Amino acid sequence: MAELLLECRGVTKRFGGLVAVNAVDFGVERGRIVSIIGPNGAGKTTLFNVISGFYRPDGGEVWFEGRRIDGLRPDQVAARGISRTFQNIRLFQNMTVLENILVGMHTRVRANVVQVLARSRAFLEEERALVEEAFRLFRFVGLRANPNELAKNLPYGEQRKVEFARALAARPKLILLDEPTAGMNPQEMAETTQLIRRLRDELGITVVLIEHQMRVVMGISERVTVLDYGEKIAEGPPAVVRRDPKVIEAYLGRGAALGSAD
Amino acid sequence: MAGPKTSPKAAVRNLRPLLAVGAYIFVATLITLWLSGPGLRQVLGYSLLLALGFVAFLGSLLVLYYAPIGPNFKLVLGLVILVLLLPLMGVQNTFLLEVATQVGIFAALALGLNIVVGFAGLLDLGYVAFYAVGAYLWAIVGSNQANIAFNTDIFPLAPVWFFPFLLIAVGVAAMTGILLGLPVLRLRGDYLAIVTLAFGEVIRVVVNNLDKPINLTNGPQGIRAIQRPPLFFKPALTALGVTVEDATLYALYFYFLVLLVVGFAVVLTRRLENSWVGRAWTAIREDELAAQAMGIPLVRMKLAAFAAGASFAGAMGMIFGAKQYFINPESFTFMESIGVLAMVIVGGMGSLPGAIVGATVVTILNLQVLKGLSLLLNQLRATDAVIPILNYPLSRWPTQLDPAKYERLIFGILLIIMSILRPQGIIPERRHQLELEERRAEPAPTLAPTAGGGGDG
Repeated sequence: MAELLLECRGVTKRFGGLVAVNAVDFGVERGRIVSIIGPNGAGKTTLFNVISGFYRPDGGEVWFEGRRIDGLRPDQVAARGISRTFQNIRLFQNMTVLENILVGMHTRVRANVVQVLARSRAFLEEERALVEEAFRLFRFVGLRANPNELAKNLPYGEQRKVEFARALAARPKLILLDEPTAGMNPQEMAETTQLIRRLRDELGITVVLIEHQMRVVMGISERVTVLDYGEKIAEGPPAVVRRDPKVIEAYLGRGAALGSAD
Repeated sequence: MAGPKTSPKAAVRNLRPLLAVGAYIFVATLITLWLSGPGLRQVLGYSLLLALGFVAFLGSLLVLYYAPIGPNFKLVLGLVILVLLLPLMGVQNTFLLEVATQVGIFAALALGLNIVVGFAGLLDLGYVAFYAVGAYLWAIVGSNQANIAFNTDIFPLAPVWFFPFLLIAVGVAAMTGILLGLPVLRLRGDYLAIVTLAFGEVIRVVVNNLDKPINLTNGPQGIRAIQRPPLFFKPALTALGVTVEDATLYALYFYFLVLLVVGFAVVLTRRLENSWVGRAWTAIREDELAAQAMGIPLVRMKLAAFAAGASFAGAMGMIFGAKQYFINPESFTFMESIGVLAMVIVGGMGSLPGAIVGATVVTILNLQVLKGLSLLLNQLRATDAVIPILNYPLSRWPTQLDPAKYERLIFGILLIIMSILRPQGIIPERRHQLELEERRAEPAPTLAPTAGGGGDG
């Protein structure tokens, strides 16, 4: 078995009486694209929030690159090399597209405040390099808008791309994508699928995505984990998972077939 | 200009904006100089006229800001206005110098509060506390007060200490900002506003009551005879044969001191704004959660915003104390915080020129327009003028309806009008436009054959 980049061991998260995530074991090998699926309210986003440090788990541990990261603040988790996107796009609306991407580079900035105030050469050179890279990322995700346009003025599909670019800007080792194709038409969905593949193939980033679109899930994931009512009910290659009767029952309702859900 | 020849027509076209701006500055200066002279003081509504002229004169800075001319011209002309023309008027009419100094003080405060409220989006209603910290710091050691408090006779410190203490005031105010921020910054929105409001009041009440057990602040009576900065240049002036009264000299001195600090504030804020620091602040303002997911440590960056904003207020508080020669807790009421906040909002949250314009508008409204209206009313009251149509003699106009007494009401109305008609402020925030270096260079080869100067390709 290849080295596990990310590992959740028995992660539990409760909200009052509700157990949103219940003793979930979940591992991701370096260089994989894996999906987490499950019906609404299955605890997928909660698991993401635990991994990225927004929630402190009530039980269990989260390990990343052989170090424990549960209990760290979100910014510390980000600094370790985990980026994420949000289900409902959360761009910095009144900042430009480029600035959004530049904010994503925050963890990589070297220049200190004194160098900023003095506009030292080190600062200016770094700033120029960051801006150049922001333009590269802008092109990498296939953005067509004006790079100096405010994020809020962009159409939906473009905003999604900005979010991708912003998450990539940190040069993460692992990226968590929360429903990256939500609200997209088939063509945009195909583009996004392609983009996710390129993250791994060209940038070497390990990808975990939450997804409802079966076409996307089955098309790109190498492993699928299925959650239902906070518990892991199945895990394995997509072809196996889609035939699992427990998954078919939980995810699609009694008697339905996963393949016909497209 | 030894560069390649451009056609004379194009040269004139390029010069046109420059000439227009120059003409505007010239005319506005002449009018204000004429108004500020002694000749017209008996004219009805003189103070209002003077205010109008002064606004037109200061407006030349705004004209300059928007004019399509090179940045070097802007800098030179701006310096001419602020360093040469304005002091010239000020010598003729010290009231204008006082107004300009006040505008500068509030501009620095607005710039500082703009970092906290405009950039980082943290509503701080107790900003004046930091101003008080700076003012009292120097007032205590720069007067006899410290002797009373600590039973020594080494105070007041010599005027030379003013400058080192300016740095100390910056540091102490920044530290106060951090100390306030530590417990408070976990709160958001309304809660933060309420706690900062309380903090502002706490500082005022503490200052008001710290005349016992140790008499550190002399309580409500305030501290007087505060040391002024040293007149180190006076011997040089005398040697040059220039004799200026000490009062005017100090007025000019404080004006330039304030101008210098505002200049520093503008440059530093601009640099912060266009760097990862400013971007992190704005990201926090826009979406705290997403900002944190991008690796921005919320508490540290918010504390930095508080400290940066507070440091400007600390420096200005100290200058204010020295300028006034006397301070008491009354100078640091909640209304002062609200006033500075109004400047930031009227000018445009998150906008540097906005903060300065906001400070100018509100200060001039306060010091010149409202007082001018009151004066005019008083003058009219002495005559037998009547309000037309109503046939109401102005001599019976009650003094309670003095415009100067309605400062807060008029502020309130101004803010309501602004938030309805122009919520983004007079000069709205404009995001930094970024270009690729290589892109900027790209057009060069295509222009190569005609090479050079004129920007009218």
